[in-house]
Order: sequence, then C-alpha cells, then structure tokens
Amino acid sequence: MSDKQNGFVRTEIAPVLPPPPSEAGVTGWLYHNIFNSMSDFSSPMAAVKSILMALLTLFLLYTGLGQLWALLDFGLFSAVWSAPEGAKREACLTIEQGGDLPNGWHGACWPFIYAKFKFLMYGAYDADQLWRPNLTGLIGLVGLAWVLIEPLPYRRYVGAFLLTIYPLIALILLTGGHFETNYNNVGLITIMGLALITIGRLSTTGRFGRTAAEFSSFFGVFGWLFIAFAAIEAILGVDFNLRQIGTNDWGGLLITLVVAVTGIVASLPLGIILALGRRSEMPVARILSTVFIEFWRGVPLITVLFMASVMLPLFLPEGVNFDNLLRALIGVMLFSAAYMAEVIRGGLQAMDKGQFEGADALGLSYWQKMRFIILPQALTHVIPGIVNTFIGLFKDTTLVSIVSIFDMLGAAQSTYADAAWGTPVQDETGYLFIVIIYFVFCFGMSRYSMFMEYKLSTSRKN
Amino acid sequence: MTSNKSILLTLIYDARYRSITFQVLLLLGIVLGFWWVFDNTVTNLAAQDKGVGFSFLSQTSGFQIGQTLGTWMFDYEVGKSSYLDVYYIGIVNTFVVAFFGVFAATVLGFTLGIMRLSQNFVFRAFSTVYIEIGRNIPLLVQLFFWYFAVLRSLPSRREKVELIPDVMGVNITGLYVPRAMPEDGFALTLYAVIIAFIITYFTSRWAKKRQQDTGKIFPMFWAGLGIIIGLPLLVFLATGSPLTWDYPVFKETGPLLKRGYQAENGMLVIPEMLAVWFALSVYTAAFIAEIVRAGIVAVPKGQTEASSALGIKKNHALRLVIIPQAMRIIIPPLTSQYLNLTKNSSLAVAIAYPELVSVFAGTALNQVGREIEMIFMTMAVYLTFSIVTAIFMNWFNARVKLVER
Repeated sequence: MSDKQNGFVRTEIAPVLPPPPSEAGVTGWLYHNIFNSMSDFSSPMAAVKSILMALLTLFLLYTGLGQLWALLDFGLFSAVWSAPEGAKREACLTIEQGGDLPNGWHGACWPFIYAKFKFLMYGAYDADQLWRPNLTGLIGLVGLAWVLIEPLPYRRYVGAFLLTIYPLIALILLTGGHFETNYNNVGLITIMGLALITIGRLSTTGRFGRTAAEFSSFFGVFGWLFIAFAAIEAILGVDFNLRQIGTNDWGGLLITLVVAVTGIVASLPLGIILALGRRSEMPVARILSTVFIEFWRGVPLITVLFMASVMLPLFLPEGVNFDNLLRALIGVMLFSAAYMAEVIRGGLQAMDKGQFEGADALGLSYWQKMRFIILPQALTHVIPGIVNTFIGLFKDTTLVSIVSIFDMLGAAQSTYADAAWGTPVQDETGYLFIVIIYFVFCFGMSRYSMFMEYKLSTSRKN
Repeated sequence: MTSNKSILLTLIYDARYRSITFQVLLLLGIVLGFWWVFDNTVTNLAAQDKGVGFSFLSQTSGFQIGQTLGTWMFDYEVGKSSYLDVYYIGIVNTFVVAFFGVFAATVLGFTLGIMRLSQNFVFRAFSTVYIEIGRNIPLLVQLFFWYFAVLRSLPSRREKVELIPDVMGVNITGLYVPRAMPEDGFALTLYAVIIAFIITYFTSRWAKKRQQDTGKIFPMFWAGLGIIIGLPLLVFLATGSPLTWDYPVFKETGPLLKRGYQAENGMLVIPEMLAVWFALSVYTAAFIAEIVRAGIVAVPKGQTEASSALGIKKNHALRLVIIPQAMRIIIPPLTSQYLNLTKNSSLAVAIAYPELVSVFAGTALNQVGREIEMIFMTMAVYLTFSIVTAIFMNWFNARVKLVER
C-alpha cells in the first residue's frame, strides 16, 4: 500500500449531525404516527385520500376523547363520593328529583356501592364470618403468587398443595364443614385400604403366587386411593366449630371466583384425560373422547346450565339431591373440560414427533412417556391457551345468574331493586363498578398470558 | 410367550391384547354408567307420573311471544299455535339475530383489525382500546348494559327520536322501520337475483379462463356489479315495480292511548333484539379484530417485497398475494367465532328476547315440563349447526391445502 493518496480523503471523523426533525423527537413521532398517512398530495386521488384520513382521524380523536371524558366525568369528577350520615338515595338526586345536586347532574353514586359492597362481594354470607372467605382467598392468592413468581423455592410443592389440599381447606372454610359422615364407613374403607396395601406389600415377594405378584402395584395404588378417600370423608365430617353457611347464602364475587376456580381446576385433569383419549390409538377411547368433546363444545353453556339444573336431578337416584350451586358447578366443569381438552390437544399436536419416538426408544411405557416426557412440555407450551380458557370461563360465570345463582352480576342486578337507593344513576353506577372488576381480572390475566407467550417463544428460540 | 402365565396376565400385560382389554372395560363402564342414568331417569319419571314422548309438540301453547320475524313467519297466535311452532319460532329468531350479528361483527371486526395495524396512532389507539374493552367484559354484562342502561333511557312510547325523518324512528318500544309490502309478481325479481348470481359466476369463470389463455383482462368487478344490480332492477321495473313500502306512522294528536307509533304501520324491531344484536356484534367484533390482525401480521414481509420485485402493482399485490394468504389463516378461527356468536345468542334468554333457549327451553319448558325432550331438542339445533360448520371447515381446509401445493 502506498502512502500517496489520490483526491480527497477525510482524516478526521465527520461531526455527528442531529437527526432531521422528521425522524426524531416529538415532531418525528407525530410525523410517523399521525401525519404520514395524510400528507400525500402527489395526485388528486392521493390528496382526496389524505384529506379523508385527516377528517377521520379528527373524528376518531373527537369521539374517543369525548367518550373517555364522559366516562371519567361520570366515574370521577361528577361522582358523589360520600353521603351524609344516614342519607341514602337523597345523596344522589338532583333538585328536580328531590335532592341537592344541580339539575342535569349525571355522575356515579359511589355511596350506593359502599352500602352494597359486602353484598356485591359475598352475597348474603354471614357478616360476622367474612374472615372465612377472606382467609380462603388469601391462602389461594399467596399460593398462586408463589407458583407464578419464578425464583421462589418449592414452587412444585406449593402447586401440588393448591391442587389437592387447598380445595379441601376452602370447602371447609366456606361451608363450615361438619358434613354428615358415616364413620363406620370411613373405618371400613380405611381397613380395606390398609388391607389392600398390606396384600400389595406381601405379594411383591411372590408369597401369593405369580399372578398376585404382578398385580401388587395395583393393590398398592387402590389401597392408597381408599385411604385418601376415607381421610377426606373423615375430615369433612369433623366439627371445626365453624358455623355452617349454605351455598344459598353465598353470592357476589365469591361465587364468581368459586365457579371459575373450580371449573378450571377440575377441567385440567379431565381435559388432559380427554385430550390423551382423543389422540389415542384405541378407537373406542378416541371415539368416546371425540364425541364427548364435540358435544359439549357444540352447545351453548346456558343450555348446559339448564340441563344441569333441571335434568341432573332426574339422572340421579331418588334422595340424592345436589344444591343449586353444585349442579351449576358440574355443568361448568364438563363444559370447560371439553374446551381445556382441545387446548391441551393443541399442545400435544405441536410436540415434535421425535419426543414421542425418543421416549419409545428409551423403552418407557405409555404412562411414563406421557408423565415424564410429553405432558410437561405440552402443558408448558399451552399455558397461554389455558389462561385464555380461564378468562373465557371467568366471563362465562356470569351465566349462572340466569339459573338464579347470585354471582357478582346477579348480585348487582338484585341491588337495583332496593328502592331506598333508587336513583336514575343507580344501575349505571352498579354496572360501572362490576365492569371495572371484570375488566381488571380479565385484562390482568390476558396480559399474563401474553407475557407467558413472549417468554415461551424466546425460550424456545434458544 | 411362556405358557405358565395366566390368561388374565396375558390380557393385561401383552401389548397385543392390552388395548383391547382396556377398550372393552371402558366400553363396559360407559354402558353401565348410561344404563344407571337411564334406570334412575325411568324410576324418577315414574315417580313423578311423567312419560317420555313428543306428543306435547302438537299441544297448543298458552303464552304470548313478542312480535318478531319468527312469530310473523309462523302466524303465531296464543291458543292456536302448537309447541312445534314455538320451536320453529325460536330457531328462526336465533338465526335472525345470529345472521345480523355475524354481518355487523364482521364489518366492525375487519375495520378494527385493520385499524389496529394502521400507521396512524389515533386509529391504532382507538381500536386497541375498543378491542380490550370489548373482549374483557363479559357478554352478559354488555347485554344488560345495552338493554337496561342504553335502550331504557330512550324516550317514552309517546315520544320518538327520528333517525331518518318519517322513515325510521326509535323510542322505548323499539325501532320502527318501513315494512316491505311485496305485490304479485315480486317473486320474479327474486328469481332475477338468483339468475344474476348464476350468470356472474359463469362469466367470472369465462373471464378467468380468457385471461389465462390470452392475457386480456375483463373488468369482472364492474361487469358483475352491473349484472347483479341491473338484471333484477330491469325485471323489477318491467313488472311494474311490484313493491311498496309501509312507513311507520307516529301520531301526536288524538286520544292519549293511541298516540305514538301505530302498531299496524311499519315494522317494529323490538328493543330486546336490538340489545342482543348490539351486544353480540360488539363483543364478537373485538375477537374478530384480533383474528384479522394476527392473520395479516402472519403473512411474511417477503411476500410483499417479492411481489413488488416481480413488478406487481401495489393494489394487485394486496389483492392477489397478501389477502389470499391472510384469509387462509383468518377463516378457520373466524368461522369458530361465528359459531360462538350463534351459541352466545342464547344469552338473550336473560332479557327475554324470544330465541330458542328463551322461548322453548325456558317458557315452554316451564309450561309443559318435559325437561329431557325439550333440552335435547334445543341442544340438537346448536349441535347440528356446529356439525355443519365443522364439515364446511374441513372442506375449506382441504381446498386451501390443495391451492397451497
């Protein structure tokens, strides 16, 4: 290389110029995000298009901001926040209507919500026993947070606790426990379970012949199932000195959460079984699962709830009588299990074929393959789908109000009948309040599902 | 296989027989379960002194149904029409609201979905807020909002808000629109519409073939539009315009009870139907918008670049390259949204719009008390619709696959 240079070559670095105003800062943002679509005047057609876009933008801006302002004004600025001691509907009436507020006033009547808050949250649940649903919710919330936050230890055990022992605790706390239990039966079942376990243990040694030895694990499993069943029944029968509160007194957000959480927790195992059944190579299992799934997915939830409330009593032996909530819960469980099965099937189908073949090559049995290889991956992949199903279910819980169970919507509807609070803004305030709650729950969950989707997609890229 | 293993063990541990054993057991369990349910039902029905059968369908019904397309189509009259008529009315009303709902939700959903991808911030923000609100609030709450909060605040039955002066108006009793009164010979116009569609179909096939053979482009869009509008219009005028409109009449004078919109003029759309229609369209549109957005985003950018590299005009690229590929992704979930909309129309039971669940599985069931027959008849309608949709989807997926490879 020669040192001789031809022509001009810079020796120092060019000074850094500021970006042109159309590319940076507020003007740049405005240009790219607003005026870009309306600044083409190169031909008459383009000019017309630009002007139309400008007008449409102004219109949308006006409507959107107008609606937003109307909402904020109704809910915050014009709203009545506190009522004088003892005042009810008078606090939210205009002069024309017999109150003190200026004529033409239109705003939320929050004192109405304060007065009905307990009813919207718990329904007619005994007011001095509210610590029970609160405690149930708190345990659930802490457990859930524990499972969802990554760095915490023992997340697996907390999850197992939530799925097994927690429902039992919740059931006892909420209803008060002390169910009718026949302790003779409990004893009998325990003894049978113990006997089965013992037989299982003994037969492994081949003492009862080869057949029994091969079946020893079956004996053990059934023995433990018997014991678990007896334990649950025994615990449910224990008198914890809690007042019994029937489900007819439950209501509000409590019912909404109970229905949604029970639906999702019960539908997971059922959905897994159905999804595996639908992907099974056994025609009977496949056809039965498919028919089950397609049946429940093909009918609206409201007909399922009607069916549960009028037909279930006919299907069961005389004397067996479920209460209203349990019937609805059964309907919701079957319904959501079908949807869950389809979500999980999606996860199973998305699995790389090599995973199945690898597990087969290692000589794993069907259940080992599913339990250790396939399901952990498939379920992780479909967490967003599961969360979306849960959002759908959470919204669908409002339907139980049609079969006269007072969930949050039903509770809100029934507060409007209270003439002591009867004002023109009564139902608008009530709807606004429950809409905010539903929105916060659903929006929060959808954000979580998006976060999971993002996280899963990045982790799969590695 | 060693012979000293018992037959039982062979059935359970031998991979050749294990699945058969399991399936037989499963089937046995299911059959036993069904038999148990069946037995209980028979016992319970006998205890209640009830039978099973469909003879109740010919009984006459004893309740009033609000004025809707269904009652109009079947000339519903209390004490004269049978429960079978009620069933049909329910089906018609369900599909009426589903049809209008699908239409509105599609228009709204596509608009919002495309708006969400706009470069214009205002468009994007507007549609984002709309979508998030629309899909995160339960449908039933939205339905109640429209029915109790919005439509109840309309002026009373003696007043009105005119949407189009003297043609269309609304008050708390519902929306009044002109009623079409076909006269003799109007059927010919309807036949003309069908014939026009058939002609358009064959013309478009011919145009496509000619373009592939010779490269000459036939202005199919305008020609088709001309045929579909022109032919029926020609027939309509040739037969002497056999269609008159019966406009709603609003009386402001006269006896107090007779003031307001007159029942015998125009056509009434009941507020329940409006509420169900609004709620279903708004709710479903939010989901459709997300589907549309995802479908468009899923077409790789290379497709746009490749078509411009091939010298395809921008609007042709959109129509011939981008949209067909986006539609392939959009249509399957879109169909399931339509199905959801139809199923969700059953929520109308909450505000007593006379659709299938409300009128047949609700009011009629309370009167007749045939739970099993009536619930299954109701479910059968939705199931049939789902299955038909599923068959269409399979056909569509197969067809799209064929186009792809």
